[in-house]
Amino acid sequence: MNVMMLLEMAASGLGDRVAVGSLENGITYQQLFEQAGEAAARFRADPGAKVVLCDESSPAVPVALFGAAWAGMPYVPLNYRLPDDDLRGLAERSTPGVAIGDDAGASRLRTVDGLTAVTRDTFLADRAGGADATTPGDWSMDPEEIAVLLFTSGTTGAPKSAVLRHKHLVSYILGSVEFMGAGENEATIVSVPPYHVAGVSAMLSSVYAGRRIVQLPKFDADDWIDTVERENVTHAMVVPTMLARIVEALDARGGEPMLSVRALSYGGGKMPEPVIRRALDLFPITNFVNAYGLTETSSTIALLGPDDHRIAQYSEDESERARLKSAGRPLPGVEVSIRDPEFNEVAPGEVGEIYVRGEQVAGEYVEKGSLLDDGGWFPTRDGGFIDDAGYLFIQGRNDDVIIRGGENMSPGEIEDVMLTDTRVKEAAAIGVPDVEWGEKVVAVVVRHDDACTEAELQDLIRSRLRSSRVPAHIVFVDELPYNDTGKLLRRVLREDHAHLGDDPTD
Amino acid sequence: MVELKPGARFQSTVCTTEVIVVKGDGDVDLLCGGAAMVPAGTGEVAGEPAADAAGGTLLGKRYSDEADSIELLATKAGDGSLAVGDAALDVAQAKTLPASD
Repeated sequence: MNVMMLLEMAASGLGDRVAVGSLENGITYQQLFEQAGEAAARFRADPGAKVVLCDESSPAVPVALFGAAWAGMPYVPLNYRLPDDDLRGLAERSTPGVAIGDDAGASRLRTVDGLTAVTRDTFLADRAGGADATTPGDWSMDPEEIAVLLFTSGTTGAPKSAVLRHKHLVSYILGSVEFMGAGENEATIVSVPPYHVAGVSAMLSSVYAGRRIVQLPKFDADDWIDTVERENVTHAMVVPTMLARIVEALDARGGEPMLSVRALSYGGGKMPEPVIRRALDLFPITNFVNAYGLTETSSTIALLGPDDHRIAQYSEDESERARLKSAGRPLPGVEVSIRDPEFNEVAPGEVGEIYVRGEQVAGEYVEKGSLLDDGGWFPTRDGGFIDDAGYLFIQGRNDDVIIRGGENMSPGEIEDVMLTDTRVKEAAAIGVPDVEWGEKVVAVVVRHDDACTEAELQDLIRSRLRSSRVPAHIVFVDELPYNDTGKLLRRVLREDHAHLGDDPTD
Repeated sequence: MVELKPGARFQSTVCTTEVIVVKGDGDVDLLCGGAAMVPAGTGEVAGEPAADAAGGTLLGKRYSDEADSIELLATKAGDGSLAVGDAALDVAQAKTLPASD
């Protein structure tokens, strides 16, 4: 197996259809196939190297991804938003390599020993070797070869390098995408960066489905809306912070509904319920999908589909409305199990750690090896439960669990209650060190309306949850810290507010 | 007879058809165009499909047996049609999973 097989099929079945870019001057599947082959011929001049990318979304992304696969080299997209020292650290861990970047990216990597850096423009313009340089189909079909190395975002510690082998990615695509399933007029807008797992899976699934890729290099909500309209985009995937900004931008434009988007999927973090409810209004005929997945699982492992979204939007039934907070059901071919700390499966409705198993589940890091157990189960380190109807609910990272006086509590349940006050815009609950309790609960809140007070929110939580959940302090701030793909940086909040743990007044 | 296992690839010897095994295990009499299929890249193509096995194989379609114990994905199209022994393999129902990325 090799992900090149997916592109070869698309080139053979839909050669003249535009794969990437605008209808007027984009590149076709056949052209993408040829460029990948030419890139592979050049990559092969450095056997044993990796293909490192330090670029925003551009046509160089699919060419490098498929070219690396053709050449039998791992594709390693780096986070170009990292400060120089951090980027350099990751780049040094990715040597020897051939590096491709925009002008800034290439020049930042040029001084790294063991990397040969070229600019994106040079890379795409260099047709040396020509179509004759490689034999179509001469890529390795060894399913164990490494296709992609992705550095995890490191929200809880130093970034680890997740290993995705060809067998994982091909299994994911064959298990979830129908070949040429997209109509000729379909296009998807890719606004997640290339170094995000969704930035990889979007390339693979769009190519296999035959859905044109429109790339948005720097996310901006107004730009997103304008691009969707200009490029006749029908499909989109966004992270929660992007959807929140799109909703705000649409409201600022007068709240006119967008009817042209047929499908909108979201994932990569916790979606605030008010945002998704407003989005359902603003995209009244769009098919919404909530996708839950991890880098280590080749992207999506469970999804909440369009019908469940609309039922949750219009239903009077509390449990049906609550489905909007669910990640839905596992994909076919993926098993999900909720386990207690002794590895026993818990009953429906009970919270535990989410374990996952399936052919797309890689669960492996360069630094630590495979984390799969003998039965093939991967511990996600996400907490959650499955309800009676089989819907999966995610309750956040286990690393984020607050342990107060021996009692484990999920930040999510405290945050959900605060967000029911319409004056609260964003809310985070964290644990800070406390001499008496081990940890105590602190909430950090962004308000729409300054009239909302600490005492009111404490009363609200007290009325809905056990008293142990009531934050000892509620701090009001102008904004919460997120990384660029919308993950809340709880580690930063814990550091910033650690001093509250020593507060002698409680 | 060839040994099926997920990920294994086979080619027709009488047309351009190639398949990859999505589901299936063990030794089976895998045919395309009435002739035995061989591991991909190991055989020459000669002749043409038998008249009763020339319905064609379509790129990207999945083919399964009646018991749904075997599923093959056509990675290259061809004029021959697929069978296991006497039993023709039919196009499996397309999946209707919504796009998630």
